[in-house]
Parts: sequence; structure tokens; C-alpha cells
Amino acid sequence: MENLTIEGSPKTPTIKFNPEEGKLLIQGRSIPENSIEFYKPLVDLLEEYSASPKEATKVDIVLEYFNTSSSKCILDVFKKLEKINSDGSDVTINWHYEEDDEDMLEAGEDYQAIINIPFKMIEIEE
Amino acid sequence: MEINIFDFYNKMEHENIMLSFKGNVSSELLTSVLQIMESKMEKLEEPSRIKKKVYNILVEALQNLYHHLDKQKDDSNGYSTVIFMVGKDGDNYNIFTGNYIKNDNADSLKARLDKINQMDKDELKAHYKEVLNNGMMSEKGGGGLGMIDIARKSGQKLEYDFQKIDDKHSFYSLNIKIAQ
Repeated sequence: MENLTIEGSPKTPTIKFNPEEGKLLIQGRSIPENSIEFYKPLVDLLEEYSASPKEATKVDIVLEYFNTSSSKCILDVFKKLEKINSDGSDVTINWHYEEDDEDMLEAGEDYQAIINIPFKMIEIEE
Repeated sequence: MEINIFDFYNKMEHENIMLSFKGNVSSELLTSVLQIMESKMEKLEEPSRIKKKVYNILVEALQNLYHHLDKQKDDSNGYSTVIFMVGKDGDNYNIFTGNYIKNDNADSLKARLDKINQMDKDELKAHYKEVLNNGMMSEKGGGGLGMIDIARKSGQKLEYDFQKIDDKHSFYSLNIKIAQ
């Protein structure tokens, strides 16, 4: 399987997925008007990865902003990871949020309540 | 035709308007507006918490206008024109938006806004999660989460008004207040 690298833009995050290492990073801003299109390559690749995942899959979400259009797509990503987790890979999700950003912490907690994978809340000190 | 631009200026100055726009919105326009607001808040040395809150809410409010535009196909009478303003009154930010809406859709939107306004913080959180997890995704991906998110993040009731224009259209105004 090939790596997926999408460079960030003012409205879209950097995405780095390395299937060989079982590492996924989503970092930056996710505020595109149409998110489905943007997240499709990642969701498709995770589906492919779920057929033969690594023993451990480490996910880092380092978002500064995300809009509600993205929130559904991010949930889709987590649902794929949930499947990967139940299929035998040990998935950990690190949800990073900046100090004082209660909204971002709460957003992570919302996902945690829906998704059956342990989340680790990591505060980024300013 | 007589336009006194000084009157406009005074009115906006009096209302502490930082930014205003009337016209059709595009993706590129929203990108620029968001960049402008970000640098304005940077200059005002707003705390990061407030900057993020205002930015987030502005993204949702403006993208609501943008997606609404897609539905307003018959633009022969300028019904796809929108207006928005951002003001700062003391420590509080105000985001105003206005757009035309079909009368057929006004009642359901009003019911949705009233429902959101009746919810407290915990109920909004539960409602958000429910719509996020079970709600249908619209073709644009919004899926009705925008207004719930705005209400949650602003922590204030949504002020709105519908002004009937003719048999088919109303003008929908929304005022989002964001307290520090």
C-alpha cells in the first residue's frame, strides 16, 4: 500500500497516512465548503488498510479549526478506525487541543462518546 | 439617486461594524473574509479563546450563506444576494447575516431555530451528537449541524427575524452574539 500525503491549505489540513508504519496524522485547519470530496481519498485508503492492518495503528489529530461539514467526515474516519480496531489492530487516537481551547477539547469528547476506541486528550501548551 | 456615503460611514461607525459585505458569496470570497477577520482580531490582541470562537462561528455562519445560495437557483431578482456584518460592541462580538428564503422553507427554519433556542448547554451537546451520529449528510456535508454548533459555541440564544417580501420570498435575518 502506498503512503497518502496531502499538503495543507488555508482551508484544508495536512494529511499523512503511512500504512507500513500504521501512522495517521491530520493537522491544521479543516474548513472546506465541501468536505466529502476532500476526505474521500483517506476514507478509501483506510478501507483498503482495514483488510490487513498493522498490529498497532497510531492516530494523531492536531486540528486548529474544523467546521461542521468536516465533523461528519472526521466521524467517518473514526468509524473506519473503529472497524480496524475491532479487526485486530490496536488503535490509539491522540486528540490534541490547545490550552484554553475548551471547544476543541469538547469536540474530542463528543467523538469519544460516539466511537468505541480509547482517546487520549493531549493539551498543547502555547 | 442620492447616496450619502458619510451617512453610511457614520451608521457603521456608530454600530462598531468591523467588516461588512453585500453581494454574492463565493468560496474565494469567504477565504478572503476569514483572513481579514483573523488579522483584525490579531491586531486587537484578542485572547486566543475568543479569536477561535469568533472564527469558528463566522465560518459556520458564512458557509450557511454559501450553501444556501446553491438552493436559490432563480436569481433573476437578486434573491441570491446576501449581506453580512461583523461588529464589536465592547467585549462582545456580533455577527449579522441576511438572506432571502422561500416562504415554504421559512416555517421549518423558524421551528428549527426555536427548538435550538429552547435547549440548554447539555441538551445542545446531546442534540449535536445525535445529529452528528445519526443525521443524514446533505450533499454538501453540512447536515444541519451548523446552527447547533453556532448556538453551542456562542452560548447565547439566536436572534432572528423573517420579513415577508412577497408571496414567495421572505428576508431572513440572523444576529449571533458572542460574549467574552
